[in-house]
Amino acid sequence: MTDFTPLASLLGGMMIGLSAVLLMLWEGRIAGISGIAGRLLPPYRDNAFVSRFAFVLGLVAAPLLYALATGDAVQQTVSSNLPLMAVAGLVVGFGSVWGNGCTSGHGVCGLSRLSTRSFVATGIFMAAAIVTVFVTRHVIGG
Amino acid sequence: MSFLVNLALGLLFGIGLVVSGMSNPAKVLNFLDLFGTWDPSLAFVMGGAVIVAFVGYRVVLKRDRPIAAGRFHLPDRSDIDARILVGPAIFGIGWGLGGFCPGPALTALGLGAPGTLVFVPAMIAGMWGARALGDTGPRTARA
Repeated sequence: MTDFTPLASLLGGMMIGLSAVLLMLWEGRIAGISGIAGRLLPPYRDNAFVSRFAFVLGLVAAPLLYALATGDAVQQTVSSNLPLMAVAGLVVGFGSVWGNGCTSGHGVCGLSRLSTRSFVATGIFMAAAIVTVFVTRHVIGG
Repeated sequence: MSFLVNLALGLLFGIGLVVSGMSNPAKVLNFLDLFGTWDPSLAFVMGGAVIVAFVGYRVVLKRDRPIAAGRFHLPDRSDIDARILVGPAIFGIGWGLGGFCPGPALTALGLGAPGTLVFVPAMIAGMWGARALGDTGPRTARA
């Protein structure tokens, strides 16, 4: 069980949205994490490497800054099934770049721009993830 | 300057993920578990983010150009090709297995859980694979 946190989640979501808007204002780019992280890898087609690196650095530093500022440890439960996490990571990395976006690029930025491709992509990854959880928790694990 | 702005925006995005609870894969998996211990929080995260971005993009995109770049780089494709169907299906399976998508996985890196320390390098390898394959394959998608 995890607690339902509507207010904190809405607030956090709005911070994510604000970051996306300000990135558009500054860089003129979509705040899609798979796009930003994926383009840190070759082939390089533009000269935005340093900007992308800085954004990812900010992402990684965020929970540490949060913990310093609030004094609260960040709560999380990560699976300790390491082979499973290796497969999951491989598949998430491949699929998100292959499909030109993930939860942020398609789910947040794409839906906000009313992009047809992003609506299709978001519907598919949501459905695939729900089915996967159903199978692992209620068919295999149940 | 651009380095500092991007660093700050990455921090804002990451703190948003932490505040919203999305850096915790257990919370994401419970959102996806409609028929079990369902936690609707993720819908509020998406809702909050989309509302702000929907309004904010409309304001920002009225400008002729962004502050630090010559033009806006907006995806302009609307065709539904195989990649836009297959990629998200593959990504969704991985998301359901680990409870991590790319943003939260990177954000959770510094917390040092063993599962995260395995997930992130594997994710980068997967991204590299898709970049390499996508660039030489028969159908080269515009990045």
